[in-house]
Amino acid sequence: MDLKLSERYEDYREAVRVFLEEHRSVWRQPMADSDGRPSAAGRSWQALLIEHGYTCRTIPKQYGGHGGKADILESFIAAEEFHRVGAPTGLANQGISMFVPTLLECGTPEQKERWIRPTISGEIVWCQGYSEPGAGSDLANLQTRAVEDGEDFVVNGQKIWTSSAHFSDMMFVLVRTEPEAPKHHGISYLILSMDTPGIEVRPLKTMTGRAEFNEVFFTDVRLPKTQIVGERGAGWQVANTTLKHERGMLGDPGQANAMLGRVVAIMEEETLDGVRLIEHSGLQDRLLRLQARAQAMKLHGLRLLTHGLKGEDAGVARLIVKLNGTILNHEIAAFAIDVLGELGALYEDSPHLKDRGFWQTTHMFSLGLIIGGGTSQIQKNIISERGLGMPREPKPASKGA
Amino acid sequence: MEFGLSDEQRMLAESVRRFADQNVDAERLKALADAGETADTGLVEGLAGLGTLGIVTPEGAGGSAMTLLDACLVQQALGRNAVPAPFTASAILAPIALAAAASGGDWLPRLAAGEARIGVGLSEAAGRRAGTGIELDGERASGTARFVLDGVGADAWMLTTTDGGLILVDADAAGATCVALTTIDRTRSFAEITLKRAPVTLLMQPGADPTLLPRLLAAGRTALAFDSLGACERMLERAVAYAQERKQFGRVIGSFQAVKHLCAEMAADLEPCHSLCWYAAYAAAAYPEEFELMACHAKAHMGEVGQFVARTATEVHGGMGFTHEMGLHYFFKRIGVNRQLLGNPDQVRQHAAALQGWRRAG
Repeated sequence: MDLKLSERYEDYREAVRVFLEEHRSVWRQPMADSDGRPSAAGRSWQALLIEHGYTCRTIPKQYGGHGGKADILESFIAAEEFHRVGAPTGLANQGISMFVPTLLECGTPEQKERWIRPTISGEIVWCQGYSEPGAGSDLANLQTRAVEDGEDFVVNGQKIWTSSAHFSDMMFVLVRTEPEAPKHHGISYLILSMDTPGIEVRPLKTMTGRAEFNEVFFTDVRLPKTQIVGERGAGWQVANTTLKHERGMLGDPGQANAMLGRVVAIMEEETLDGVRLIEHSGLQDRLLRLQARAQAMKLHGLRLLTHGLKGEDAGVARLIVKLNGTILNHEIAAFAIDVLGELGALYEDSPHLKDRGFWQTTHMFSLGLIIGGGTSQIQKNIISERGLGMPREPKPASKGA
Repeated sequence: MEFGLSDEQRMLAESVRRFADQNVDAERLKALADAGETADTGLVEGLAGLGTLGIVTPEGAGGSAMTLLDACLVQQALGRNAVPAPFTASAILAPIALAAAASGGDWLPRLAAGEARIGVGLSEAAGRRAGTGIELDGERASGTARFVLDGVGADAWMLTTTDGGLILVDADAAGATCVALTTIDRTRSFAEITLKRAPVTLLMQPGADPTLLPRLLAAGRTALAFDSLGACERMLERAVAYAQERKQFGRVIGSFQAVKHLCAEMAADLEPCHSLCWYAAYAAAAYPEEFELMACHAKAHMGEVGQFVARTATEVHGGMGFTHEMGLHYFFKRIGVNRQLLGNPDQVRQHAAALQGWRRAG
């Protein structure tokens, strides 16, 4: 146990602080234009972050990355400092977080050369075509088909939950190319331009009232057969290579704590019958319960960081993070709504709305995060099977002819 | 930067776990607990032999002057097997107070060697019930202390007074009586000590060291949190193992998601508790200004998680979990008593609110 940082890392923290202070005028500007695409300021900020290694740190220089070595502790310190002042941590579309790492692992030299630089700079925006109406938790059941026709693939089918599809230039997409093969072996990983004829994007309004996602329909969409990453039929394995890159992304273990701090500020200010909400014993008790859980998750993040620094697999401790983190954030938002009481029911442009509706939106959006990216039920399967060594659900007996 | 246990700490925990596995398996636990034996001589000697009874005692007084975190790792390993041996009072709380009071006489080396035992009563400092409390009158004291931990058969009792002092009473002092309180937990003893103008040793004058009682209370709460952490780990392990043996509908029940998800929920709740407990214990020396609050968080949160795990692990065992034979109930009960001792979660959260300056409105 030693929570102190060595001098080298204290110096690094200081350098991050100086950097953030120096470039405040850049990152205080909106990072996206009204259509959702990276703004000019967003791209300038991204360029600065790459130059200093605060993003795209390990992506080779020849492809426009920083070309540095991974250093988990430096990344952790940088994340802490960025969050402390509320500075954006760089462009965050799925092209950068998922497609680029996949290309680095499985792409041809030409593909890397062509796509990585404009993607990480924010010039080209990508969306991810994975989920389908019939392939959610059971993703490998996807049915969108690509059929060979001369030098082309012809794609027909539908994707759903496609964030940013309405302003993306390109899509990386999983499609079934070998319908006769077992379901995990009949999938290919393709890339296509969103302005190809036959693609229709329909916004999907969520419970927040905003269109955060889309449905994407493909009708006889043609693309050259060369626009494939990895082998034909190996798309499932190609897509899964990205998963190991997630190790580097620890997220911010202090996020729940910071959110709770904002709730405390409301409780110290708002009154009911002249009594501050912070002195209301029922709310106080709920606050204290959440405080303990938020502290535990923050410290748990430090424990995982330590495992990472030692190159150890944290086992079940790592597998619980998505489940616990998303539920905790949602419950903190739900608590904030209760703290606001009737004010918590206000929305959109109503008079008396607090924090521009942040808590209302967060309460709903964070429910989506419990479901997305592997539902809580899928997480519990993973924890019990991979973490606790319990048996997999037996396959249903096939219905005999 | 390292947030985790050192190699030495892992070895310490492993050695106590091995000792507990060798000496208190399920059969032995049943035999001892059913006989109400809470201070088996062999176990006490064994723990002394491992050096655990003097773990926080200063080196000059026969101990190894290790940290509260080290002591709590021992507590966790004892909780894992519900080891029926006095440890929390004699090996953690009494030595901390005696060393701070600098008037421990020859108690410290005798405690470390397992030759003497002290029961510790802090319940009134955590929250005093009507009919309890000890008043000091010169060198004599009168009144009642309840839930004196490891108090039955102890050689002396360390008790708090209503004005914030700390006293030590010999078990054979005139005017001192001890009544055993039977709790659901048969692995540890709890006593009610009544004093009628009994001669006492004043360890700390009221107000002389305003941090001592809060620190003791925090140390006690942290130790109990670790005890429940260990007991919960064992209950989860047993539930997972049982779910892979027991068959229904032609499959092991651990292959049903309904059962797997119960186990996953236990693991998900329990894993972050390690970090929370570690930090609370570590704060005692490293961040003393945070210690009290973090001990409250660890105690209250572990109380809630403990209740969930104790119930859920029993449920996974089905009807068998409910039987005396299966022996799960020793852990269920130990966790249940830990939850109430030195303040239940609701009480402890109120304390945590007060520590942050949030007073309670009427």
